[in-house]
Formats: sequence, C-alpha cells, structure tokens
Amino acid sequence: MREIVAVDGVTFSVQPGEVVGFLGPNGAGKSTTMKMITGFLSPTSGSAKVAGFDVQTQTREAQRELGYLPEGAPAYPDMTPESFLAFCADARGMKGEAKKKAIEKAVSRTNLQGVLRQSVETLSKGFKRRVGLAQAIMHEPRVLIMDEPTDGLDPNQKHEVRALIREMAREGGSEKGKAIVLSTHILEEVDAVCSRVVMIAKGKLVADCSPAELLAKSRYHNAVTVTVRTPAGARVREDLMGLAGVKNVEIAEDQTREGAATSWTAVPHEADLGAALAPKILELCKQRGWNVDAIRMETGRLDDVFREMTVG
Amino acid sequence: MAGWNAVFKREFAGYFATPVALVFIVIFLVLAGVFTFELGGFFNRGQADLRPFFDFHPWLYLFLVPAVAMRLWAEERRTGTMELLLTLPIAPFGAVLGKFLAAWAFVGLALALTFPIWWSVNFLGEPDNGAIFSGYVGSLLMAGGFLAIGSVMSACTKSQVVAFILTIVVCLVLLLAGLGPVVNFIKGWMPAGVVDAITGLSFLTRFENISRGVIELRDVLYFVSLMGVSLVVTTWVLESKRH
Repeated sequence: MREIVAVDGVTFSVQPGEVVGFLGPNGAGKSTTMKMITGFLSPTSGSAKVAGFDVQTQTREAQRELGYLPEGAPAYPDMTPESFLAFCADARGMKGEAKKKAIEKAVSRTNLQGVLRQSVETLSKGFKRRVGLAQAIMHEPRVLIMDEPTDGLDPNQKHEVRALIREMAREGGSEKGKAIVLSTHILEEVDAVCSRVVMIAKGKLVADCSPAELLAKSRYHNAVTVTVRTPAGARVREDLMGLAGVKNVEIAEDQTREGAATSWTAVPHEADLGAALAPKILELCKQRGWNVDAIRMETGRLDDVFREMTVG
Repeated sequence: MAGWNAVFKREFAGYFATPVALVFIVIFLVLAGVFTFELGGFFNRGQADLRPFFDFHPWLYLFLVPAVAMRLWAEERRTGTMELLLTLPIAPFGAVLGKFLAAWAFVGLALALTFPIWWSVNFLGEPDNGAIFSGYVGSLLMAGGFLAIGSVMSACTKSQVVAFILTIVVCLVLLLAGLGPVVNFIKGWMPAGVVDAITGLSFLTRFENISRGVIELRDVLYFVSLMGVSLVVTTWVLESKRH
C-alpha cells in the first residue's frame, strides 16, 4: 500500500474562549488533523494535548474533556435522539439527575425537543447535525472540535449553529469559555464566528492569524472601489492608472451600456497607500464630471487570500 | 474496560429497534424445530433426551450466528459512528466487549426461547435434566465462540457481506476439524500429535463432550479462551486501523 502523507508538521494551540477556524481546501488534511486531536487516529509522529492531557498516552482523560462533532454528524440511525443522547451520557459515566439535566440542557440548546422520539434516520440534515452537536456539548467539554458543523445546512440553520458556537465560546467569560476548533471551507463562516484562523494546504500550515490579519494579506486590502456613471468614451481605467500609487485597476461589474454604473477597483502598490487614494479618486471623478454612486475601501477578499495561499 | 456496560445496553436494545431480533429469533426457533423433529427424528427415537436437538446446533449456528456478528463493527465503520464511539471516553476493549456480550446475550435469549422443547421432553418422559442443562451450556459457549470469531472478521472490513462469508468459512473449518470423516482422512497420513491438535481445535469435539452431559473444565476453558483471544484480536485490528 502506498503511504499518503495527509498532514505534515502542523502546529497550533487554542486558548479557552477562542474560536479557531480551521481552513483549507477539501483534502487539505483538516479532517485527518481533527481525527488525530480527538484520538481517533494516531499520528506517525508528534502529539496533541487536550486540556493538558496527551491524546496518545492519556487518551481517556483527554476524551473526557473533549466534545467532538465528526464530519457529517454520524449517529446510530435506528436510535432516537433521546436514546442516543442517553447512550452518550452513559458512555461518559453520567448518572441519575446529572445525566437527566445534561441531556435536557443539550436538547434545549440545540432545539431538539420536537424530534426526541423520532428515529435519527428519518430526521432532516439540520436536525441530524443538531443531534451531533447536542452529543458534543452535553458534558460541557472544555475543548470542542467540530468538523464542518454547518456544511449542507440551509441559511437559517447555519445562522442558528453559528449563534450557538459564539455563545459557547463566550460562556463564563473568556477564562472559562470553551476552546473551539471548527473546520470549514466556507469563508463567510470565518467572519461570522472565528477569532482566529489556522489555514492548511496539502497537509502543511500556511497561516495562523486573526481574520483581520488574513484579510490584510489580500491584494485587495485597502484597495478602493468606486462605482461611477460615466459618459460614453470615458477612459476610466487609464485615468485611474494615472493616479500616484495605483498598481492596477480592475473592473468588477462590466456593464458597457451607456449611463450605467460600473465598479472599478484601484489596487494600491502598498496597503498603507490605500487611505490616501480615496480622496484622490473622488477628486478625479469631480474633475471629469463623473457621477459617483458609491466609494468604499476594501478590507480584503477572503476567497482571494484563500486561493492565493492554497494553490500552487 | 470502562464504558462496556453503556455499549452493551445500547447494542442489546439495538437488536430490538429493528426487525433483526424478530427475524433472527423466529428463524432460529423454526429451524431448531425442523431439525429436531424432522431430521433428528425426535419422536421416532423413543428416547427422552434432547440429543437430536443439540446435535444440529453447530450447523444452525454456522449460518445464523455470522449473520448476527457481521454487523458488529462493519456497520459502525460504514455509517461513520465508529468515529463517534471511539472518541467517547471508552476503552476500545470495553467497546469490543460490550458489543460482543450484547450479541451473545441476544443469541442466548433466542436459545432460551427453545424452552418448550425442554418442557415437552419432560412431559413425554423422564430425561436427564442435568445432561440437558449441560447441552444448553455447551450450545451457549459454542455460540459465543462463533460470535467472537465473527467479531474479528467484522472488525476487518466495512462490508457486512465479506464479514459474513469470512466468518462462515473460518467457523466451518473449525467445525469440520472434528468431524468423523475428516479425522479419518487425516489420521491415515498425519502423525498422531498433529491429528490430536487439529481435533483439539474443533468446536464439534468440544461441543459433543459438553452436550453429552460432561462439562469438563478444559472444554469450557477452550471456548472461554477462544472468546478472550478473539476479542483481544478484534481490539488489536481496530487499533491497527487507527494508524
């Protein structure tokens, strides 16, 4: 059998209260890394510590502190959410009143009340995912690992799951909050919930920073986009290029119809030049008599950074 | 071994959440009846014992027990629940043991439901109830042996069909090793020591000893250690797939 190096030398740490977005293209090794953190797979070398416990040598201790939502939220199809959660509680050694309370809390947080006695195989994707989440959070783990928690959910369900994640990270102040790692390839998720981003590509770490820092890596960071209505024959590109500090100009919405608004993005040579660029562009438009519909500074485009960092 | 009881509870209840339990128990009881009365000539023999009943158990188990065992781990792997199960704070051996014991208890339940035949034979005559008890013990032990082998095979693959066939083949070899014609065949050209070793491995020889009413420690030990070793091997197979 051929050996496949799925993950190679990826190192990062997560503090309580942090929500780390684990980014990377499909097949980058996100799931494999998560499987190693949770003790399902053993790494050839290296180690993972969960709440101070080494996953390989103190597996049981580490797993007690861990909540894990595997990819696709697997659950026993013949069981009902009620019996499934009871099984997970039993397996975690919960008993009596504590078990009942833990199940009740997890059920109410994930809004499972309506489907408790329906078998898992008959549940919709959204409910199935919530069953998986309930299982992962019921024992109040200090570390929560979620593999694509919102994949395949509709926008409302995504919103709910994200709200729940944010709430869990904050709980009990930043000191006592959970350390959360979620993998995703949906970039809007990073903006929506993550306080930090760890990006891997082809099994290697390519970024570990805040979402803002990641955005700053975009070539569109501090670029200026202006939407103007120009008369026929206006040489917008050339004029914008003529401004000092402009590296290149891209047209975002290519509408050639006369009088229609077109959006142009002027990318500065260096990000710090961007702030000075906006007044100059406004000045230019005034001179030429173009009607400015909108002007804004770009913070950067995540999908652009993502592509740049993970391709090639 | 922590957590084995949670797994046991879930698994045992799992049999009854699907038609598996009903189908298995009904087929087991019907076949046990057919074998005993039709093929075994229960009435014609004119003897008040359950020999024709127990004599067919190895062959009945050969097909029915692998059907129970095949899903033990193959199913977990296919549905992805294995990842969930093995990341719960349960020792892998605990999970293996819990699943095995649940399957064994389930087959044991099916076996217990054959009690009307015991009741009939007591109604018709005066059988040696000690021998019958011993037969049940032997039958249960043998079912455990089949199941434990099935557990290993199920851990090896995610295909239930492959697990089923492999289990049947291995169990068949273990059964045949003690069958008269096979023993006579190898007796001719193999040293006595090897013949003894092969027949010693056989389910059939052991089971026949016990079902005739002789519960010997070494026969019991044979089945118990077969189960123990198989469960350790199951755990080992599961662990080896985590690297």
